Formats: sequence, structure tokens, C-alpha cells
Amino acid sequence: MRLALFLAAVALAAPVLADSNLPPAYWSNRQLPDARQEARAEALMQEIRCLVCQGQSIADSDAELAGDMRDLVRRRVAAGQSPAEVRNWLIQRYGSWISYRPTSDPAAWPLWLAPLVLLAAGAVLIRRRISTRRSA
Amino acid sequence: MLAELGLAALWLAAGLAALQLLLSVPTVRGSVDGARTIRAVAVLQGILTLTAFAALLVVFARTDLSVALVFENSHSAKPFIYKVAGAWGNHEGSMLLWVTVLAVAGAVFAVLARRTGERTLIAALGAQAALGLGFYAFLLIASNPFARLNPAPLEGRGLNPLLQDPGLAFHPPTLYLGYVGLSIAFSLAVGALVTTEVDSRLARAMRPWVLGAWILLTLGITAGSYWAYYELGWGGYWFWDPVENASLMPWLAATALLHSINVLAARAALKAWTMMLAVLAFSMSMVGTFLVRSGVLTSVHAFAIDPERGTFLLALLAIYVGAAFVLFAVRAPRLREGAPFELVSRESGLVINNLLLTVILGIVFVGTLYPLFVEAITGEKLSVGAPYFNAVAGPLALLLAALVGVGPLLSWRRERRPVLRRLTIPALLGLTALVITIILVPHLAILPRLGFTVAAFLAAAAPLPLTVRNPLRAPLATWGMVVSHFGIAVALTGMAANGAFTSERLAVARPGQQLSVGPWLIAFDGVTPTAGKNFTALEAELRASRGEGAIILRPQTHYFSDPPMETSEAAIRTFWNGQLYTVVGREDPSGGWQLRLWWKPFVTLIWAGGALIAIGGALALLGRALGGWRRLRAHREPGWRERYI
Amino acid sequence: MSRAVRFAPLIVLAALLVGLVWRLATPVDTNVHSRLEGQPVPAFSLAPIVPGKPGLASADLASGRPRLVNVFASWCVPCVTEVGVLKQLQASGVTVDGIAVRDEPQALASFLARNGDPYERIGSDPQSSVQIDLGSSGVPESFIVDGRGIIRYQHIGPVEPSDVPMILAKLDAAK
Repeated sequence: MRLALFLAAVALAAPVLADSNLPPAYWSNRQLPDARQEARAEALMQEIRCLVCQGQSIADSDAELAGDMRDLVRRRVAAGQSPAEVRNWLIQRYGSWISYRPTSDPAAWPLWLAPLVLLAAGAVLIRRRISTRRSA
Repeated sequence: MLAELGLAALWLAAGLAALQLLLSVPTVRGSVDGARTIRAVAVLQGILTLTAFAALLVVFARTDLSVALVFENSHSAKPFIYKVAGAWGNHEGSMLLWVTVLAVAGAVFAVLARRTGERTLIAALGAQAALGLGFYAFLLIASNPFARLNPAPLEGRGLNPLLQDPGLAFHPPTLYLGYVGLSIAFSLAVGALVTTEVDSRLARAMRPWVLGAWILLTLGITAGSYWAYYELGWGGYWFWDPVENASLMPWLAATALLHSINVLAARAALKAWTMMLAVLAFSMSMVGTFLVRSGVLTSVHAFAIDPERGTFLLALLAIYVGAAFVLFAVRAPRLREGAPFELVSRESGLVINNLLLTVILGIVFVGTLYPLFVEAITGEKLSVGAPYFNAVAGPLALLLAALVGVGPLLSWRRERRPVLRRLTIPALLGLTALVITIILVPHLAILPRLGFTVAAFLAAAAPLPLTVRNPLRAPLATWGMVVSHFGIAVALTGMAANGAFTSERLAVARPGQQLSVGPWLIAFDGVTPTAGKNFTALEAELRASRGEGAIILRPQTHYFSDPPMETSEAAIRTFWNGQLYTVVGREDPSGGWQLRLWWKPFVTLIWAGGALIAIGGALALLGRALGGWRRLRAHREPGWRERYI
Repeated sequence: MSRAVRFAPLIVLAALLVGLVWRLATPVDTNVHSRLEGQPVPAFSLAPIVPGKPGLASADLASGRPRLVNVFASWCVPCVTEVGVLKQLQASGVTVDGIAVRDEPQALASFLARNGDPYERIGSDPQSSVQIDLGSSGVPESFIVDGRGIIRYQHIGPVEPSDVPMILAKLDAAK
């Protein structure tokens, strides 16, 4: 985590020249008036990966494209789409990479199996260490 | 001149490491009596690397631009403290720090180690020297910190404002002392596997080193989390980023090791497992440093993306960890384990603790590396982030935290008394917390809700070991354990509160507008230009009030010219029950300014908890050190001076 | 301790090393590729941004012959030299359409005046919505769309002179 901040900082300090001159989209930095919709949109934004950053969600990024994506998410949620629908729409375009939540894709199954396998392996390893016989 | 001196010291140290390793082999076999020489060589190695590191510090302090590293990473206009901190704020310098800690730890170990058997000690020193050799080679061949530039440039390039932060001065050295401090545990494990002298004496010798390294890792990670929180401007404190995970994995292994060592010390059991953990902990440190420097994983935090250096480090990793694992596989059958543990006993509690910690470590490891393996096999890219880790590691961590309340109450060998009766009050408190959250916050997610429940339970259960006898006469180590476990409850409360009660307000506001966030009413009074030493800034003035009295917060955006950069400085104000976190963004063409405001109740408990965990460890270390010193004074072995110095 | 357990750590280490060696040997492709290759262009309609040049809609891309859609902007530095290559393509008979991302009319007009104008149509995408709809993640990028409006190829980054034969071949294959 050391120079964790080194590049985190560099990535976050926008080099002023590479941006467009247009202001951010309307809903990039404003909350939806409906608190429940905003909460759903915010939760989704935390799980969508920023395309131009090195490993941040669009909720935490200063990049313009991230702002436009936040605007897109908020608009669609406000229009009544569910977060899952918006996520799928984005995955259709960018692939599962864009979702920090592993999808139900077969490629992600080992991820969900891993903890069970690890727990089972651990239980097997310790079964000889712990005696469940009740001694007198 | 100084740089050459530093480089020479480094070469000499490398030579000494080779000597130390070569001499240790016949000494362990018994054909040569090289113990005293080896100890002296270890001490000398420590002194030499310290000299090299000091040389680097001086070269940075003086901004000697003829040294390439100083040119790349420093600037004459930098404040003095950051000039010096810049020495370890880069790849070569931090590698030199790594090697220095490795050698100095070895030197201190050589001088202070009394409890280990002589052969094991020498074998451990040999292993430590072997570790050093690889990293010396890496430094001298692929990452020379003392390379010169001729002609010396007029000004340095490194005025990155983001590195001029107290966090940089504190965070890397603390973490490095932690990561590399674990090397002593690794070397001791290797040494003990070579001599097959794995017993409680070894555990007691290893314990202070693991404890010390673990305390520093805890502090380093906690500090890093807080640094990210106030620096990045979005109120997050942990992102499950690959580099963060790389720092968490050694910590998880070291925590498991710490507890496993207690079993080895008390019951001379869990021998093979403790040795494996000791090897694993430093291996995780090495994996971490590889991940950060090789560019293998995409991360906001990765620096020095250099596949060539990455390959060198990977080779070192393969050799060291591979050799240690081979040694383990070969020697493990020779370690005699005792009878199985009773189900309800301290030992079993610690075994389950280790199981859970190791499974969490495995989950973090798998989650971090999974995208790489999927891409290697199928070419498909996927991302694994917070949703996965929180969903999978979260419940296990909560289970572990709950068991932390139970374990310390169990006796060694067999718990005969009804322990559960002592836990009624904590259990009731936990239940009360659960009910309160259901009433107050019906729509809360399950993880924060359980977080509050477990935290309440643990906070009440943690002090129970002190209530058996007179607390004031309890050993310091027990106080340490209680404080650390209580710290877990505190940190858990902070995390749950942050997840449950944070109020966020994002708006584009015009001067004169009022915004509300949580219980606060924030009046935006406008933005004024201002300037600092090497930047211009726009400062927003916010007047915050809840009830009587108003507080002024001034978040700023800094604009630098060399290199052109824009950073955001959040204005954070801490209260007894939370933090007000404010950020000002860009101006909107409509005349408004982007404002990001958060009210985060009890968020500081997260880092307060982390600090408590470290303090508990320090108390335990102090307690054992004092105990050891008292014992030494009482039973001073005759002739120990002659033997060890 | 059984042999399996004793040697398990080594096996895990070996697997890890294999993966890491592969990763070090294969350079990381940091580009995010659109998943719409082989899919129809999503429906969109972008307003014109430069006087005299029509805007761009998805209907225009199903025109019966393949077209090159260039996602670009006047503030995009590599686009400056790319325009020259696009002019070369236009001279070879390729129809080039542009999607100007987050651009202003005056800035774009002076960009075209300074660097050349290979575009038949330019649509204005001020909030990157069509860019996102196409699965594009930055500028410049180019898409080859065939006569029926199916996206056949995505080129990430500027079209270099060395890419010209490949682009021409793909356009030919998309007929």
C-alpha cells in the first residue's frame, strides 16, 4: 500500500490538458431527487469499473468518461430501469470486465466455489488435530 | 563521493552476506566453529547497509542532482522533510530500505537471540543471508540507487505535490519494517526445519519478531487506509485494490502466525503448521513487492511498472519460496505432533482462528489473481472487486470476530467450566444491538447489521479474560490481547457505521445556496482564489452548523504548473460522533460549483480500532520483553557475555 | 502428514509461477474492446456540429456499402495526425463518418480547417452517450460498419499509416 498513494494520487490528479472543454454531463455530479433511486444508482456506480482509470469505480473517479457514465446510470435508473438491467446493458457493450461484481458467467464460478473448497480443505486438515471424542 | 561510498558499502554487505551463508553451512553441520564469526558478520552487514541507506538519505537531503535517483525524484524547492522522504518514495530507494531492514533485522537477531538453540540460530542466520544475497543482487544489478548522471542536471524532476504528504513519510517505512521483519520468522522457520528443532523454545524466540512486524504492519495498513481516505477525495478507505490486497495478505498470515506461535509455545503442538505459516508470511511479503513493481496487475497503486525487474523478482520469489516449501515437504514428517486437542479448548479455538484467517487469506489471494488466470486460460477479461470480497470474506471475518470473543476464555487442554455462562451479557448486548438496528434502520444491508451485532458482542466479551482475577495483576500480555480484541470491535463498529449511516450530498451549488447533509446545514459562501508555495488554488468557504454555532470548512483545489496537475484537498472536520468531509470540484458553466459533502458518523472508529489493535500488540510485546528482562536478570547465565559477544 | 498435504504448497506455488510467467511474457492489453463486433449498430441519431456537414444517425450506416466510423475529438491529441491517414483512406474511396465526442463547434471547425476534413458526416456526442453505446472507451477509435449496419471491426487508437492496408482489407471483406 506504500506508494499505493503515489499513483493513486497521480491518477487522480487530472493532467489538465487531456480533457475536453465541455462541462460534465448534468447528472454526473448531482444526486437524483428520489433518495431510493439515488441509493440504487450509487450502489451500482460503486460496482462499475472506470474505463480509463487504472482500477477505480466510476463512483470514485474524476475522469470525464466516468462522469458521463454516472450520468447515464442515473438517467436510466430514474427512467425506471433496475440496476441489474443497466449493468447488463453495460456488460453487453464492454464485457464482464466492466463489472466489479463477478457475473453469473461460468468463468466466474470457481470464484464462488473457492471459499467452499478452501473451507472444506481446511476442515479436512484440522480433523485430526481436534478430537471430538468425549474422554472421561 | 557519498554515493560511491554508499554503493561500496552495499557491495561489501553483499559480500558479507555471501560469507555469512557459506560459513553457516559447515557450522550447522558441526565441522566448523563459526558461530561467533557469523554473528559478527551479520552485525557488520547490518552496519554496512545502514551506512548505504544513510548515504542515500544524505544525498537526497542535499539534493545532489548528480545522482540519477535524486534527479528523478526530488527538487530543490521541496520542503526538507519531503526531500528526505523522497529517498524511499521510489523503486530503488524503497528496495534499498527493504535490504537495509533485512540486514539490520538479521544483525539485531544475531545479537539478541538467546532462546534459540545454537544450531538453529546459525541456520537461521544463514537463511537470512541467503535472502539478503538475492535482494542485494537485485539492487546492484537491476536497481542501483546510486547511479550517477554526468553532467549533473540543474534541477530535479520530482516535485509531484502528491508525494509531499506526511503519509509518505510515515507509511512506507512502517510497512517495510513490517514486511521485512517477517523475514526473521521465515529464516527461523527455515533454520528450524533444517535442524528439525521445532519446539516451544523456537516459538518463544520467534514470537517477539512476529509481534513486532505485525504491529508495524497493522499501523502501516491503518495509516495507509486513512491516507487514502483523506487524499483521494471520495470518502472511501479500502478498495480491495490488488496492491492493497498485497499488503493485507502478509498481515493475515502474520496474524495467524502470531496465534499459532502461542500454541507452539504453550503446547509444543502445531509444529508443521506454524512453520508453514512463518514461511508463508514472508512469502506473501515477497509476492506483494513483486505485484507492486512488475506491472502484472492493474492497480491505481502500482508503481515502477517494469517487467524486466519483475522477472528478476519473480525468480527470487521462485527460488526462496520454492526452496522453503521443498524443505518443508521433506522435513515435515520428522516433526512429532502430540495428541489431538480437545474440542473445547484454547488450542482448538486457536486452530479454528487459524483456519478462518487462512481461508480469508486464500480468498483474498484467489480473488486478486483470478482475473490473471482467467485471462491466461481463456483470454477473457473479468474484474473482481469489492462486491466479491465483501460478500465472501465479510461473513467469514464476522464469524472470526465473534469467535474472538469466545476463544480467550477457554482454558488450555480442556475447558471444563461452562464458558457460555460468562458470555450471556455480551450475547445479550449483541442481540440488543441487532434489535436496535432493526428498529432504527430497517432497510440496512445484512453485513453492516451483523457488523454492529458482532461488534457489540465482542466489545463486551473482549475484556472478560481480565475479570478472572485481579485485572491489575494480570500479565501485560493479557492486557495486550484484550486491547487488541477490543480494537477489532471498535474498527468493526466504524466500518458498519460508515456503511449504514453515511449521508452523501453531491450538488452543483451557487454561492449563497444552502445544502443539507445528515444533521448539518451547510451554507456555501463562495469560492475565492488563493495561492500556496508552489501552487494556485481555489478555496471554497462552507459554513456548517447543526443547531448552535457554525464551523467553517475550506476545501480547496490546487493547481500546479510543474508538472501541470490539479489536486483536490478535502476539508475534513472531526467531531466526537463523526466526520464532516467536504470537497469542492470544478465550476459549472451555469455559475455553480460542484460540491461533494459527506457526514460520516463514527467513521474515525475504523482507524482508532486499527490503532488499538496495534497498541494491544505493543503492550503484549512490552509485557513479554519485560518478563524476559526480569528473567534474564534473575537467572543470568554465567559467561553469557563471552558466549554471545 | 500425507504426501499430498506436504507437497500441496509446492503445487500451488508452481501454478502461481506459471501464471505470473505467462503474464510477464504476454504484455498486458489495457484496451477495453467493444463487445459489439458482429452486432448491429445500436440505434442513435446525432445532431450536426459543423455547419454544412450533416449529422450522423445509425440509419446512415446501413447504406449498402461499408463505412468507417471514426470516434474522435478536437481536443484529442493523436487525432491530429490520424486525420491525415483518414484523408488517405478517403482518397482510396472509403467513406469516413465522424462522431465528435464532447466537442464544441468552433473548436471542431478550426481543428478540421487546420488538419483536414475526411468526414462525410459528423455527429455531435456531447455526453459520450453514443460512444458508450458503441462500447468504445476512448478517443480515437474507429469502427468498420458493413452495408447492413453490422459492426465488423473495432480499431482502438489512431489509425496509423501501417494500418491502412489492413483497414482496406477489412472494408473489402465487409462488402
